[in-house]
Amino acid sequence: MTRFIDLTLNGISTGAVYAAVALALVIIWRATRIVNFAQGGMLMITTFIASSVIASSGHYWLGFAVALVCGLALGALVERLLMRRVEGAPPLNAVIVALGLLILLQAVAGMIWGNTPRSFPPAFSILGYEIGGTRVLFSPNDTFTVLVVAGVAGALALLFQRTAIGLKMRASAFQPEVARMLGVRVGRMFTLGWALAALVGSLAGLLVAPSVFVGPNQFDPILIFGFTAAVLGGLDSPVGAVVGGIILGLALSYVSGYEGSSLVTLAALVILLAVLMIRPGGLFTSTRERRV
Amino acid sequence: MNSLAARIPAPRSTLARSLALVGLAGLVLFLASEALSAYRDLQLANGAYYFAVLAGLTVLTGLSGQISLGHGALMAVGAYTVALLIGNEQWALVPALLAATVVTTLVGAILGAGASRLRGPYLAGATLAFAVGLPALADKYTSTLGGENGLVINPPTPPSGLGASFPLERWEAWIACAGALVVLFAMNNLVHSGLGRSFRAVRDDEIAASLCGLRVGRVQTLAFVVSAACAGLGGGLLTVVLQLAAPGAFQLALSLSLLTAIVLGGLGSLVGAVWGAAVLVLLPGWTNELAHSFSFSTRVSANLPLAIYGLVLILAMLAWPSGIQGAVRAIGARLRVRARAGS
Repeated sequence: MTRFIDLTLNGISTGAVYAAVALALVIIWRATRIVNFAQGGMLMITTFIASSVIASSGHYWLGFAVALVCGLALGALVERLLMRRVEGAPPLNAVIVALGLLILLQAVAGMIWGNTPRSFPPAFSILGYEIGGTRVLFSPNDTFTVLVVAGVAGALALLFQRTAIGLKMRASAFQPEVARMLGVRVGRMFTLGWALAALVGSLAGLLVAPSVFVGPNQFDPILIFGFTAAVLGGLDSPVGAVVGGIILGLALSYVSGYEGSSLVTLAALVILLAVLMIRPGGLFTSTRERRV
Repeated sequence: MNSLAARIPAPRSTLARSLALVGLAGLVLFLASEALSAYRDLQLANGAYYFAVLAGLTVLTGLSGQISLGHGALMAVGAYTVALLIGNEQWALVPALLAATVVTTLVGAILGAGASRLRGPYLAGATLAFAVGLPALADKYTSTLGGENGLVINPPTPPSGLGASFPLERWEAWIACAGALVVLFAMNNLVHSGLGRSFRAVRDDEIAASLCGLRVGRVQTLAFVVSAACAGLGGGLLTVVLQLAAPGAFQLALSLSLLTAIVLGGLGSLVGAVWGAAVLVLLPGWTNELAHSFSFSTRVSANLPLAIYGLVLILAMLAWPSGIQGAVRAIGARLRVRARAGS
């Protein structure tokens, strides 16, 4: 029973990180209809920057803030310099550009920081809480992770549903031509979407770095599971991203706890296929499934 | 299927053209393999099995409009089938390759039946999970699939009629090129057949296609199955050429580089698949040479080939949105206009 509770708690905290990555992918998908495969590379770079800042200054929160600012800037830059140029091209071109960017960022990180993964300090203690004499697999740092991701998801929901800028962003994504005629600066909304997504992505990187370490390829599985979670929940829905992330985190935690870690990727495949067989647009899709 | 078969136009001309194409390509490949060094012959063999996979994938993605990030895993199915049949059961080469194609076709049919309900990124997600999940099976069934080390087979022996000093690499190139020519023949016929047209119809407008009496789901499943068969044959040829089927060769990176190659070569075109195969085989060598021609620290020069590869992808997509073949076509058209203006 304690093992089950431990696995559940562990699943929630890893699921929160998948949810954050999924949120980053969903924001960009909603804004520009691009699946951003470079997200893993972008959050890797910002986490490396945080690591360097923390190492040289000794202040965790300074590194944390610098990484978030860099994420915001990097997202805006990528949209302005690269993605805007492939806007009119076939949709796969944007995917290839994102893959090229991922490879380039990983190589650049390897050149600057080396290919050996290095450790990254957690925000709070990673020693589990002690409840009734037994230590559970949930630490103050996990609490922080879950709260931050929940806060970000809530803030994004408020931004999209309750503010003028959120309305403009949704309008640009759905009907760019009409939005432009009504005076919305559509290009600026796209840039803002990418910047916001990269900000959320860099947050995910900071949260997960203590457990996976920082290295050019350390975040590849996070991106894959984040994308799986986003597809699971429905790429159009931020709520779906969070629910998908938590479901995936829990399921993978149970599978690796009871069956062994070698089956984790296979389990992710089975879960995703099972959900997509029943709901081809993900759990929280608003678009109707295709009838053939 | 009968209605589709009935719509294939008088096959003689397309068939004759495909045969002529294959004959010509075969002659060029034969002369090339005779002239090339052993190392270049091995590269030719690598390019040939890549072409087999890319031709199927470009038909799937370019013609029927479905994105697959899982073709590396389908290659793995073909590769392991050949390794098991030749290594454990002592099958001959051709039946083993046929079996690899059939087994992968079956896997592709299951995957394709599910995939036909999914659109763009959802299909990408499902096939991505397939590409990441499948190699884990090799670890799970270590006794049959050999775990991380994979399965090793004996190299194919050139027939004694070719002489004792016939290089193994050239024989491997011949085998792989023969497989590539089979795929070229089949795909060239398919692209110009009624089936190829129905693939395009479904890609361009599903509703219009179904109003014309096409079963959209079935056509898309068929496209997936065809491309899976090509991937199975390509994977089987990979095992024959490398004499090894190991999970490390079939990671997600392979599936992603296959997709990259068809887009970079020119989506939907068989010539584009040739360009893509050439890029996959030649680019790593070139970037390595380029990286080592500078004298940087090891940290930089170890990562430089990767950086150049990423940069090439980005710049190529910005410069030639329709791939290398699109760029070649544009240059050809411009030359023709200039020639006409001059005459």
